[in-house]
Amino acid sequence: MKRTTLILMALVVIFFALSWIFKAMAFKGVEEHYILQGFLVTLAAFLTLSIMSFLYKDNPFYKFAEHLFVGISAAFWMSMGFWSTIVGNLFPRLSEGMSNFFKVHYIPGDYNFFFYVPVILGILLLMRLSRNYGWISRWSLAFIVGTTAGLNFIRYLRSDFINQVSSTFVPLLVDWQGIGHFFSSLNLSASGQFIMMLANWVIFLGVMCGIIYFFFSKEHTGLFGRASRVGIWILMITFGASFGYTVMGRISLLVGRITFLFRDWLGLNI
Amino acid sequence: MVVPARAVPEPADSLKADSVEIIIAPPTSPVVSDFKYDDGNSLILTWVPSIDDLPVGGKVLSYHIFRSDNGGEAKKIAELIPGANYYKDEDLYSDTNYAYHVVALSSNSRAASFQTASIRPQREWVNLNLKYLFFIALIIAASVIYFIETAKRGKKLFVRKIAGLEAVDEAIGRATEMGRTILFIPGIHDMDDVQTLAAITILGRVSRVVADYDTKIRMPVARSLVMTAARETIKASYMSAGRPDAYNDDMVNYVTDEQFGYVAAVDGIMVREKPATIFLLGAFFAESLILAETGNSVGAIQIAGTARPAQLPFFIAACDFTLIGEELFAASAYLSGEPKQLGSLKGQDVGKGIAMLAILLGVLLSTIAAVGDTETITDILNFITRVFTVTN
Repeated sequence: MKRTTLILMALVVIFFALSWIFKAMAFKGVEEHYILQGFLVTLAAFLTLSIMSFLYKDNPFYKFAEHLFVGISAAFWMSMGFWSTIVGNLFPRLSEGMSNFFKVHYIPGDYNFFFYVPVILGILLLMRLSRNYGWISRWSLAFIVGTTAGLNFIRYLRSDFINQVSSTFVPLLVDWQGIGHFFSSLNLSASGQFIMMLANWVIFLGVMCGIIYFFFSKEHTGLFGRASRVGIWILMITFGASFGYTVMGRISLLVGRITFLFRDWLGLNI
Repeated sequence: MVVPARAVPEPADSLKADSVEIIIAPPTSPVVSDFKYDDGNSLILTWVPSIDDLPVGGKVLSYHIFRSDNGGEAKKIAELIPGANYYKDEDLYSDTNYAYHVVALSSNSRAASFQTASIRPQREWVNLNLKYLFFIALIIAASVIYFIETAKRGKKLFVRKIAGLEAVDEAIGRATEMGRTILFIPGIHDMDDVQTLAAITILGRVSRVVADYDTKIRMPVARSLVMTAARETIKASYMSAGRPDAYNDDMVNYVTDEQFGYVAAVDGIMVREKPATIFLLGAFFAESLILAETGNSVGAIQIAGTARPAQLPFFIAACDFTLIGEELFAASAYLSGEPKQLGSLKGQDVGKGIAMLAILLGVLLSTIAAVGDTETITDILNFITRVFTVTN
């Protein structure tokens, strides 16, 4: 590591150490554990700035925050998996002794023996660690993939297919009382006849052209190709609107972090 | 047991102690019936609201539902707003008898309905509400099987070009020429997401080409099962390429389940290893733009694909090629050319054809019904709508 980098790192450490002292002084008399509170706020600010420093380029502070985050979260989720799934769900249904040992409520049931199935599949998965019997772990994987495909087939058929089709059954002529009435009452009110009809036409044509775009069995040429082009245009306009909407959401997250830095850390009420 | 309708003063702690008692008529005709096509754990209670339950100037403030289990003491199980005339009681047991009565409450009095007869929830083995779903699923499944068999007999099935997939070989070739790594990100969901399954299937094809070209592939994952499946897939590809010795378990490594911890690690890998090609295929969420932007900043060719509509705009903006929605699922069939996968793709197209025909018919009938108000047309439209509406 370069000498200048080391000096810079030392300066940053000193800066945040001073921040800790100042924050602890600020919390004194307000918080019971003012030294700890000062440390936690300073640490949060340090980690926030370390992650944000990635915008400049990769650097030791980002690496530190990244490794800390990955290490802690990996351990956390492993711990959660053990305590919530194995201790929280499995032991209470399989063994009263184990339930008592882990101080969780035993849940007897007539069909609890079914819980041995995931136990066996889990053990088979661990066979991966064996050089000779590693192939057995594929059975568990096959079970997971097969059941996933089967369950999702029905789920997606319902939500993404059947219900979407019936939602598209819209009349193309709304409140129709003849062409004369249509033109005489023409206006751009959101609940007016013209806008309602326009919305239904956009839904109908948009859905049809969108489906045509995702039709893989036919070359997109001629009229079919033109409908497909309309379909992709509709998709892109939708994506554009979605992009702007989501970016605004992200900006609010940024504002949240900046508010933390200015208000909670630096104590500036802006 | 039948409880006659009566006005019972409410305890002082829950009702206003007004000086003039507001007498209200009780709800009438309470009927409890089994909730059809369930697992034997629900009942439906209906009643006619009190005649004093009016939208404007009504005296009824709420309805309380009381339930008696096996003839025991009736206990309050729910409070409903004025105007309510049914209640679905869930989480019941099929070996217990249940009876109900409904109490209407004014500001300082109450009036109870008769008690219903006792009934047990019934379990049905077949959910006939899903019969139309079953037939549609059957048609699509039959189409898939038909086309798979057709493909197996050697008939060539046409699949149109998908731009993003045309670039896969080119992108892998670029990484080979530059001597850099290929980074494959399979999203952050587990193997119970079809997008992850699609990504792993595409990985099979990508890793086969990688094995042929002797390029390096790196795959950090956020789920342990995905790691296992990915290792199996890459290993199989290296073996089919005749280079099992070149395979290494370290090609795929688990990072963390935590969404942004994973993103921080992958971003770090991108800027440090500077991969020539990045595949972002699978289920992505808020991390999509962070990953795609970082990949873009290191100059990698990026091929992305997801079925998450909210994330597609970010991939389209920051990646070179994007597989939109179903293109991700079509990709594996397109790349492999296997009869099973091509047949499946063709079968799905039959489903799309059914959807288009149904929409055309539905819109046509809706329009005629809106203009002409023909009873027959409305009946046909209602039937089609019922076919394409799934209720539990």
